[in-house]
Amino acid sequence: MFDVLFIGLSLSSILLLVALGLAVTYGAMGIINMAHGEMVMLGAYVSVLANIWLGANLLVAIPIAFVVTALIGLLIERLVVRRLYGRLLDTLLATWGIAIILQQAIRLEFGLSFFGIHVKGLGSGLQNVPVPQALQGTVSIFGQDLNAYRIFIVAMTLVLAVATWAVMYRTSLGMKVRAIIRNPGMAAACGIDVKRTNAITFALGSGLAGVAGVLMAGFKTVAPDMGATMVVDGFMVVVTGGVGSLFGTIAASGLLGEFNALVAMVSNDIIGRAAVFAVVICVILIKPAGLFTFKGR
Amino acid sequence: MNMKRRQFLSTAALATGTLAMPGYLRSAFAEGDAIKVGALYSQTGGLSVVEKMLASAVQMAASEINAAGGVMGRPIEVVTEDGASDPKTFAEKAQKLVIKDRVSTVFGCHTSASRKAVLPIFERRDAMLFYQTHYEGFECSPNVVYSGAVPNQQLGNYIPWIIEKLGKKKFFIVGSNYVYPREMAKVSKGLIEAGGAEWVADEYLELGHSEWAVMVNKIKESGADVVLSNVVGDSIISFYREFINQGLSHEEIPICATVTSEIEIAAMGAEYAAGSYTSFPYFMSLDTEANKSFIERYRAFVGDPAATTYHSLEAAYFQVFLWKQAIEASQDTTAEAIREGVRGQTYAAPGGDVKIDEDNLHCWLTPRIGQWTADGQSQIVDEYPEPIKPLPYAAYGEAADNLFCTAQGLDSSKL
Repeated sequence: MFDVLFIGLSLSSILLLVALGLAVTYGAMGIINMAHGEMVMLGAYVSVLANIWLGANLLVAIPIAFVVTALIGLLIERLVVRRLYGRLLDTLLATWGIAIILQQAIRLEFGLSFFGIHVKGLGSGLQNVPVPQALQGTVSIFGQDLNAYRIFIVAMTLVLAVATWAVMYRTSLGMKVRAIIRNPGMAAACGIDVKRTNAITFALGSGLAGVAGVLMAGFKTVAPDMGATMVVDGFMVVVTGGVGSLFGTIAASGLLGEFNALVAMVSNDIIGRAAVFAVVICVILIKPAGLFTFKGR
Repeated sequence: MNMKRRQFLSTAALATGTLAMPGYLRSAFAEGDAIKVGALYSQTGGLSVVEKMLASAVQMAASEINAAGGVMGRPIEVVTEDGASDPKTFAEKAQKLVIKDRVSTVFGCHTSASRKAVLPIFERRDAMLFYQTHYEGFECSPNVVYSGAVPNQQLGNYIPWIIEKLGKKKFFIVGSNYVYPREMAKVSKGLIEAGGAEWVADEYLELGHSEWAVMVNKIKESGADVVLSNVVGDSIISFYREFINQGLSHEEIPICATVTSEIEIAAMGAEYAAGSYTSFPYFMSLDTEANKSFIERYRAFVGDPAATTYHSLEAAYFQVFLWKQAIEASQDTTAEAIREGVRGQTYAAPGGDVKIDEDNLHCWLTPRIGQWTADGQSQIVDEYPEPIKPLPYAAYGEAADNLFCTAQGLDSSKL
């Protein structure tokens, strides 16, 4: 039983990793960011490139990926997203376009492949990121042999969740963001620079996705289209948890991950996955705003 | 010369008309020139990584044939089309190649889905498809030459060897959820029971699934002593990684695979597969002069000194030579001539001698079992002395003395 719970915890942490960044951008800013999965993908590629060109291992790649994807996020916000606030469906289309551009940029090696120049670590092929020796194999906890890398992911997710919570609830930036979630017009009237805060928030969300990408690279295949399915999972968690609620996102990922593992264990993975979607549908039917919502006036 | 304006116009119109003459009229004048063939592989999309390699193997064979004087003195012209990893696009492009370009032969397709999509076009228009990927069998088309392995050439030797030589008695069968792994599982179960062993589970995961925690846990708890994997694509990589990371080892519970090739091993990191097995007619590590030369020429052709070769790539290459011999045997380039000419053709491929079967147009191949080593290559631990007959309906009881698929077509009364 303990091993099933651990697998569930591991599935939950992976869901949460992707959803954290989305909770920030979608929850706080009301942007349907379809390029979020591509930010995860870029983070994974940063770890591939850092390994090939800098000899950096997975742990060193984490801060690099955070900075790189946060900067790319900032750029996207400045160039595209900024012009689309308040136009929900337009953000969906525009960020979807960005997602396709980013995928192809990696696949075509930023266009260099047209000129016969090949960058090692880019292109349409599958990439391999070596995992540090200490994180391979198993670790014995409570008499159970558990997958060391999954324990590492759970721990890292915990750290990131706490860090995100601290930023949102213990800093002045977080206070501004929460004010903007409640009422952007009123926040602006109180002297909050909404544009600047939004830009920083978007960069933060993208950076979180980048870190998720590095962690994914250790056990999933790194390929240009790896992000496409993740964004679906991310939205599923955020919507189930309640848009704008960090705690809701954490609770939803825990619920869905554990449920997935339990059902998959007694039947199989295909049914497990279907069962997760069934839970999501039920939650949205009963509580359309998600599990945890704040009351607005 | 004093040409009147009207006269000039009519001459110009005539000239334009000649230029715009339909393609089929012009090609009639081009007799004696190049023989056009199609190469239909995904150049874009998720499958392009693998299929581009197959396309370059076909190109390489064509350029080697051209350098040696062509086919009946005529050069080969390869018309490349992009299937875009989408069966519908494959069908459209196959139509274009067969109807507009009027090729009688197309080398192409990689997945069974794309082959099934183009098959009606080749049968209706009577053109030939040369298909190189190992597949699930259960097909008997007079318009397809299959140069890859069918289940009896991958499993017929494999399962008895696992039971006898490795001493394994409890199989855990796992695969991706579509026709190939399911057919492979069906053939395996028959062989496992015939060998006096048992299978404890037959599980499937969605194509492209990369979360293996639950499945590997089930393998651990099942008490199985060997895993038979028909998993395909990206999933292979996360499967092997999870397998090792949950503390299982190939010494105790080896993964015996039918799809995992040099390509996937390189992508996952060789240490995760070291000690596991795969059954294929061709391995890159085959220690023959022909194979070494093949690898060297392929690397030079694609301009990558570290390029990898594997079973389907080798088959994509040698099928072009079988096609050439078929044309030379019947001295004609029509589909009918190729179909009859290719029966019984033999060729010394990089992986050893191959032969197209007279009955079912599949390929005689030598079953081999490779054990993966820490450097990402294989060590051949078992191989047949000679190629064996392909039996595409082995799962339904086909045997060499009881053929279902013959030159007359499929005898469906036996199914």
